[in-house]
Amino acid sequence: MTRFFVIRFLRGLLTLFLVLSFAFVILRSTGDPAMLIMSADAPPEALEAFRKGWGLDAPLWQQYLGYFKNLLQGNFGYSMRDKSPAMDLVLARIPATLTLALPALVIKLVIGISAGVFAALHRNTWIDRLLISMSIAGYTMPSFVLGLVLVLVFAVGLGWLPSGGDATWQHAILPIITLSLGGAAVLARFTRSAMLEVMGQPYIRTASAKGLVWRRVVLDHAMPNAAIPTLTVIGFMVGSLIAGAVVVESVFSWPGVGRLLVTSVANRDLAVVQSLLLLVATTMVCANLLVDALYGWMDPRVRSGQTGQGKTA
Amino acid sequence: MTAPSQIQDSAKVSGSFRSAVWPLVRSTPLLIRLCAVWIAVVLGIALLADLLAPYSYSQLDLLARLTPPVFWGGTPAHWLGTDELGRDVLSRLIFSVRISLLVGFISTLLSATVGVMMGFAAAHFRGWVEQVVLTLVDFQASMPFMITALAVLAFFGNTLPLFIALLGFYGWERSARIARGLTIAANEHGYAAAVYDLGASPWRVYFRHILPNIASTLIVSVTLTFPEVILLESGLSFLGLGVQPPMTSLGNMVGYGREYLQTAPWILLAPSVLIVATTFSVSMLGDWLRDRLDPTLN
Amino acid sequence: MKPLLEVHNLTQHYSVAVPEGWRQRKATLRAVDGISFNLAAGQTLGLVGESGCGKSTTARLVLGLMPPTQGQVLFEGHPVSAQRDAAWRGLRRRMQMVYQNPLGALDRRLPVITQVMEPLRIHAMGDQNEHLDQAQTLMASLGLPPSLWQRYPHELSGGQRQRVVLSRALILKPSLLVCDEPVSALDVSIQAQVINLLQDVQERMGVAYLFISHDLKVVRQVSDQVAVMYLGQIVEQAAPHQLYGEPLHPYSQALVWSVPSLGQRDKKPLWLLQGEPPNPLMVQSGCVFQQRCPHVQALCREQAPQLRPVGSQRLVACHLVGNDVVDTTAPAEMSA
Repeated sequence: MTRFFVIRFLRGLLTLFLVLSFAFVILRSTGDPAMLIMSADAPPEALEAFRKGWGLDAPLWQQYLGYFKNLLQGNFGYSMRDKSPAMDLVLARIPATLTLALPALVIKLVIGISAGVFAALHRNTWIDRLLISMSIAGYTMPSFVLGLVLVLVFAVGLGWLPSGGDATWQHAILPIITLSLGGAAVLARFTRSAMLEVMGQPYIRTASAKGLVWRRVVLDHAMPNAAIPTLTVIGFMVGSLIAGAVVVESVFSWPGVGRLLVTSVANRDLAVVQSLLLLVATTMVCANLLVDALYGWMDPRVRSGQTGQGKTA
Repeated sequence: MTAPSQIQDSAKVSGSFRSAVWPLVRSTPLLIRLCAVWIAVVLGIALLADLLAPYSYSQLDLLARLTPPVFWGGTPAHWLGTDELGRDVLSRLIFSVRISLLVGFISTLLSATVGVMMGFAAAHFRGWVEQVVLTLVDFQASMPFMITALAVLAFFGNTLPLFIALLGFYGWERSARIARGLTIAANEHGYAAAVYDLGASPWRVYFRHILPNIASTLIVSVTLTFPEVILLESGLSFLGLGVQPPMTSLGNMVGYGREYLQTAPWILLAPSVLIVATTFSVSMLGDWLRDRLDPTLN
Repeated sequence: MKPLLEVHNLTQHYSVAVPEGWRQRKATLRAVDGISFNLAAGQTLGLVGESGCGKSTTARLVLGLMPPTQGQVLFEGHPVSAQRDAAWRGLRRRMQMVYQNPLGALDRRLPVITQVMEPLRIHAMGDQNEHLDQAQTLMASLGLPPSLWQRYPHELSGGQRQRVVLSRALILKPSLLVCDEPVSALDVSIQAQVINLLQDVQERMGVAYLFISHDLKVVRQVSDQVAVMYLGQIVEQAAPHQLYGEPLHPYSQALVWSVPSLGQRDKKPLWLLQGEPPNPLMVQSGCVFQQRCPHVQALCREQAPQLRPVGSQRLVACHLVGNDVVDTTAPAEMSA
């Protein structure tokens, strides 16, 4: 079991390393940041000075090593626009994004799982079909469309809620709803399939044949088993929350990490993009490790280390 | 369920093609049929854009700026109204459909091809090749694609070929996983092992045997990936980082129309409706296909 | 005259990692442990044994589907290599395999006649029409009527599928056919048909068979010689009537006497095989059968017996046979 975790952890580190190298490669190989920031007709000495100041004139492999050295020392570079440490900029925006992401995650889980279970229990009735269509509608609707429609209806049309910015808690409502609905739809679909598959298993029929009340069968037997594969989707949800935040924050002008990514990508602010990539990668790796841990803990087959290879043939 | 050979035989005889297809059509639910019709319509629009659009998509008509659609108080000259530069929304919509679908198709095709090749390579060579492919698959699956796409886009620029190539990396890992899994099974104990034993070369085994056998699973996966590519393209274009003006795409239109949300909402509503309807239809069709072709996939 | 197939000291050892606590121990799996035999053209050698004794691995080694750890396979006088190059592929024309699971060996998307023609296309022997002709003739002669030719594998019965696999294997007119449990998955009545078919084909086409099975009755019917395998080694080899009438090696005795209709009908089995099938990972020195042999002696634990000729045309690997120390045909004490 420990072996299992050590391997996963190492793979996580490998992913991080790959992401950072990837960031390095693309960021450095695309044209001259000096000319971009300072404009093409700045005097060559000024450009040269800029490059030196940012360490851009050393050979590529040296820059690569220097890059990792810096990272390990906690130096994530400086924003080219306003000269402040890049990682600080990024970290400062995290709370704003979490204000949206955490409630959205909770809502996703609650709505998604209950809708999925409900649909599975009422399989092939009109409720089920309605829920399926709704969930397909949910995840095929792009979040920016959903956001804009909500703004149109609730902000412009009805005037109940504000349309942008982050001044009051009411400002958070529409972004949170937008962020959660798409993911809830995916989760509902998935939970439904997991439940259906579990309920088709012989042990469920045995449980109800034993005379157990149906509710007990569902709660004690079906759901815990269906939870196991559902866990893997949750890891994926964290990723989609991050991606979703990028669009939603732009739609609602919410000053979070997503919006920072879009603006610094548009401005080609290398250090900030890099720091953001690192942050996202670390979050993803941690989320996946957590999911693996939960998975390993919940699935007794993994827990006892059994893969079917016993001592006797 | 009629055996495939019988369908083949009956298809050869002219006129009985309909008798083979009609039962298939009749057995599909109404919603699926509607979705299929919508997809056909959208495809038609994309192909016949030049014939259908009343105006060019960049044609300005500064005297008729921000006119609403004809059912909202506008003029019949512009059925869906005009935007801030007086460009006809309907025409722009038609051309946007073409561009968005084009980007979607090519990228999806690229993604499937790359994925299948990688999957085959991993299954065929095993060893370190397989490890490399699996690591890449892991890497791809662990980072949200939007984030990596953003980074790459901004720094490499936004030319259309580059954009399509970038989107071509979306979802390749699914095709790779499918190809690898099914190939390993076939190679180890199945029909592929038997054909190798007959003395066939690997090329023959992969292209005449394995690929046809995994095709239906792949098609389903690709059908489900396609709408996601469309959504990705619209999202990126919406953020201003995808398809660039003067070219227009569905996401692009929504992005530019956003400033006029309060004053001229039709500018962004028209493309939005199209995006939602199209991705919904393709998803529903893909789901239905999956249930028909391979119920074990669920 | 040189035998068609010669196998010398064929060995296949796998290095395995056995989980032990939270580390892993390296162990050797001795799937095939130094076996040798010959097969003359047009003859059948039956290979019997329990699951895990190495029969299927032997089949794969003989065909060159995997390289042996040690030892050599000579086919028609030339060594068989496991390198999948053009030479190997060309050799497929001369040696083929028939599988236990015919449905798994066929491509579900192609009509069976196309699959029977395929080897001819692979080896580019003639044109399309000739292929079709040959395939049709062969399939008809194997009892597959024209109405079945365009069908798909899943539309045929088990027996019919096996005939298809057989046709595909025979269309190149190989001199050696390795049959790995070819009738195990079939109903008993169909088994008889397929066995008769195999014998018929052997007479007509002079194909040699390496016939692998765990079913003693079937092996008896088709084989000219039978070899008994245990834990990767051949413990006895004899003609069927010799082996089944008077098995000499204790393991052969156990096998033969466990089948009620074989061997002596009136006598009860002299003893029953105890214990579990052995673990090929934990092989000790000495005789492979020591743990379950009712006649086991100290010598058996120290030294592994060689496969020696006993009487006429028989080979046995046992210290106790042929030297009158112990009469293995007498009843032994039943060990617990």
